[in-house]
Amino acid sequence: METIQVTEENEQHPDVALVASARAGDVQAFETLVNKYDRQIFRIAQHITQNREDAQDVVQDAFLKAYEKLDQFQGNSKFYTWLVRIAVNESLMRLRKRRTGKMVSIDEDIETDEGSVPRDLADWSPNPEQNFGQAELAEILRKTIQGLPLGFRVVFQLRDVEGLSTEETAETLGLSVPAVKSRLLRARLQLRERLSRYFRKKKAGEK
Amino acid sequence: MTCSEFLALLDELIDDSVSTETRTQLREHLSGCEHCEVTLNTTRKTIEIYRSHEVYELPNTVRDRLRAAIMARCKNGC
Ligand SMILES: [Zn+2]
Repeated sequence: METIQVTEENEQHPDVALVASARAGDVQAFETLVNKYDRQIFRIAQHITQNREDAQDVVQDAFLKAYEKLDQFQGNSKFYTWLVRIAVNESLMRLRKRRTGKMVSIDEDIETDEGSVPRDLADWSPNPEQNFGQAELAEILRKTIQGLPLGFRVVFQLRDVEGLSTEETAETLGLSVPAVKSRLLRARLQLRERLSRYFRKKKAGEK
Repeated sequence: MTCSEFLALLDELIDDSVSTETRTQLREHLSGCEHCEVTLNTTRKTIEIYRSHEVYELPNTVRDRLRAAIMARCKNGC
């Protein structure tokens, strides 16, 4: 979906006009941007902090910071990725506050073999998500992604769920493109491996 | 192509960024390797499930409260 927009160089992204108006003092234009991105910012903050109150605070702080710094925003990156970068930094700050003494970094490369070689090779049932209630499924998905190292779950969320490109993900997180790629592969494989416990096709007689 | 070579190209295959030549090799491997076929399909499904299900929802009441707080401060020049 993102790749299509890149080819239309002359077509201006709708955020450009909104940012320009907001800069000129149009508060309504900024409210439109808040409305457009608050849920995404909340999700990203929640994936990093894993704490509801912190994530809500991040939404507020990230937008206020963006508003304050609107003059510094360079039109050469998208407003959304710029906003995400602010939110990631705010989230990391909150996380560090809660975990004083512990290393908190997206940059830290976790040496792990988990998932690098797929072990659970049973096929999944067709539409496995339908075997669970909505709330139960959400709980499984939450628990599963929460178990991943910080750098893995954030890369997966930005790249695969929020739809940022590999380059945008790298830029937003301050990682190199190869680092994003290696984290993405391992995140995908680890999630797959862990979800397999719930979604694998049952053999006859298995409960 | 071996299974580990296939695995190294898994992301490119999923993201549809392989050359036609490589794609043919990957397909060839897939047709004879059930393990890699399962890995590919279930990895695709993993991404699809996370895309289509909201893991963390922001309730509308909270959204409204946050937005009101943000806008109140913006109107006061932050
Ligand atoms: Zn294979």
